[in-house]
Amino acid sequence: MGDTRLNGAEALVEIMIEEGVEYVFGLPGGSAIPIYDALVGRNVKLVLTRHEQGAVHMADGYARATGRVGVALVTSGPGATNTVTGLFTALMDSVPLVVVCGQMPSWTLGLDAFQEADVSGITYPCVKHSYLVKDVEDIPRVMREAFYLARSGRPGPVLIDMPKDISGARLSDMGKVDFHLPGYSVPLEGDSSSIAEAARLIKAARRPVLLVGHGAAIAGASIEVRELVERMRMPAVSTLLGKGLLPESHELSLGMLGMHGTAYANKAMVACDLVMSVGSRWDDRIVGSYSDFCKGAVKIHIDIDPAEIDKVVKVDVGIVGDAKAVLAQLLPLLEPGDTEDWVKQVARWRRDYPLSYRKEGKVRAQHVIEELRALAGGEAVFTTDVGQHQMWAAQFVGSEESRNWISSGGAGTMGFGLPAAIGAQLGRPGARVVAIVGDGGFQMTLSELATMRNLKLPVKIVVINNHYLGMVRQWQSMFYDERYSGVDLEGNPDFARLAEAYGVKGYRITRPADVRRVLKAALEHDGPVLVDAEVEKHDNVFPMIPAGASLKDMLLEPPKRKLEKPTGGT
Amino acid sequence: MDGDTNAIARHSISLYVANKPGVLIRVALVFSRRGFNIDSLVVSETQDPRFSRMNIVARGGRETLEQILKQLNKLVDVIHARDYSYEDVIQKELALIKIDCLPERRHEAFQVMEAFKAKTIDLAEGTLAAEVTGSSEKLDAFESLLRPFGIREMVRSGKLLMARGNETT
Repeated sequence: MGDTRLNGAEALVEIMIEEGVEYVFGLPGGSAIPIYDALVGRNVKLVLTRHEQGAVHMADGYARATGRVGVALVTSGPGATNTVTGLFTALMDSVPLVVVCGQMPSWTLGLDAFQEADVSGITYPCVKHSYLVKDVEDIPRVMREAFYLARSGRPGPVLIDMPKDISGARLSDMGKVDFHLPGYSVPLEGDSSSIAEAARLIKAARRPVLLVGHGAAIAGASIEVRELVERMRMPAVSTLLGKGLLPESHELSLGMLGMHGTAYANKAMVACDLVMSVGSRWDDRIVGSYSDFCKGAVKIHIDIDPAEIDKVVKVDVGIVGDAKAVLAQLLPLLEPGDTEDWVKQVARWRRDYPLSYRKEGKVRAQHVIEELRALAGGEAVFTTDVGQHQMWAAQFVGSEESRNWISSGGAGTMGFGLPAAIGAQLGRPGARVVAIVGDGGFQMTLSELATMRNLKLPVKIVVINNHYLGMVRQWQSMFYDERYSGVDLEGNPDFARLAEAYGVKGYRITRPADVRRVLKAALEHDGPVLVDAEVEKHDNVFPMIPAGASLKDMLLEPPKRKLEKPTGGT
Repeated sequence: MDGDTNAIARHSISLYVANKPGVLIRVALVFSRRGFNIDSLVVSETQDPRFSRMNIVARGGRETLEQILKQLNKLVDVIHARDYSYEDVIQKELALIKIDCLPERRHEAFQVMEAFKAKTIDLAEGTLAAEVTGSSEKLDAFESLLRPFGIREMVRSGKLLMARGNETT
């Protein structure tokens, strides 16, 4: 008679089902076989990826598109080390993930056994929390804690390192083991006296700006943000990841601010007398020069993470709490101030400094993206890679809903776009999902075309192909005397034919006249599609604020003079 | 901007943490990422076997330290982390110091030791080992007075601290 008790791997899958996990993304290996075995015949769908980085980005895209926890399952050693970029990407953008790594048997840990790596040690700086499971009886508690930690508070990736002897051992009890997290608490409501002070300052402001970040989107604060903006007549700017929380078509939305943000958003930041950040961490991409940022303006910061308050920008009022809860506390205290002159001023800037691009000559990336957004519609989910195409997409893909805009912000991870789109499409099967990628980033994870094809996912990939690592080329062109070094992607394959080799329908755009027709055909095709858009090679992204410079030093067009090398980071 | 708000100073930090593997690395990574050098570190059991106490002395900017404390408190396994540098708390440290000491200089060494209530823990031909406890500053002073003898070896426990009276650390 066999032992009917569950083994560790089965218990792990039980908890996944209890947690409502639909998909597990991953790639097996020796140490993960017991867990893959436990998935057979269970009501959790396994998505076999071609690389572990792809698996984690898929779980990430799934999580961002749905608001649920994304799950990846990989093996020990290189399987686990291949997840590091995905973990870092999710940590930087506060995305809830549970990543389970098979591990060599516990008696081999530290003995350099085959495919044995110190996964905890390698990943400490890239996770919200992690576990090395040493006792099979801990599995139910560890798994439940992992899901709770991943999704609660400021979300993030949680890693579970699972030795093979533990996943294979029998456990006596699946019972409801209590969490043991005495060092972890989740702030909800903010301090009422700070909120009263914020209300007083907002009321007194004549030129207020609301800065909407990813935290507001994670908290689901769209109704509260909209009410605040409309009641107070307070124009709103957004970070890259805050896009769409306030629909970008809203008259008081100024779009994205920062390095490649709209001129009117940045002008508003320079002139405002109050800025209130909801769930943004004043990233260097939006602040430019810390000492010059919104000089003289009152600064209010709402964040669920106390470590973000006063981290880089010193604020007048810091409120720790959930964005939705804090705004709900704040709204009843507010009475409309007098901002009409300011709203008019901002509207003039918007009229006088629109986003624009040259339309003559070769195909322009912005033209492709603008047309793509128009044809795909406001309900479509867009993912991007990282680089010039990402910034053009941020500018020309007006977003109406934050879950419809998925991009690697803090980490800036090339290769994110395609796997994220696969995860998003699985999570939102009814949605139209479009991946806008660059020719550089796409080639980092393009093996996932096979995953996409296998699942018959109707993702539409548009490669903005300028045969360059374009953002670096832009910097070398502007700040390094056009000394191009390591940016020419000579030897790119024919992406349309490559797609066909994977069984994905391939299209090409080579002339401006193709743009609308080809994109229309691609979007209407009932299945996975790749469009290779051959765009002008030397276009640069504007507006641009050189890294570390003040927002008032924004460049609206290519500079005539030679520029100093930027003082900020990349 | 304002140099004084981030002036370099020595900080005494107490952490109450879950007694689990890996906690020490997580804590150390927060310091190293901000370029803080840890001068001393003591990890010990507490009255409750589920938790450990860490006492850390580290040198760095005050503002940076405030940020570090927030980041330490953010760690799931850290129950709390506090800076006691500017508070009146019980502070003790122990040092073992082995000096060169020929018999004819023993009397001189004992005089210094007596002034610091230090104990002789090992006496051999040509060497003397002393044990001293007290505040870190007292230990520093004791060390400097023994230096002329020639210090062969020294080891210090690192600072221990505890809140006074009804306060809990």
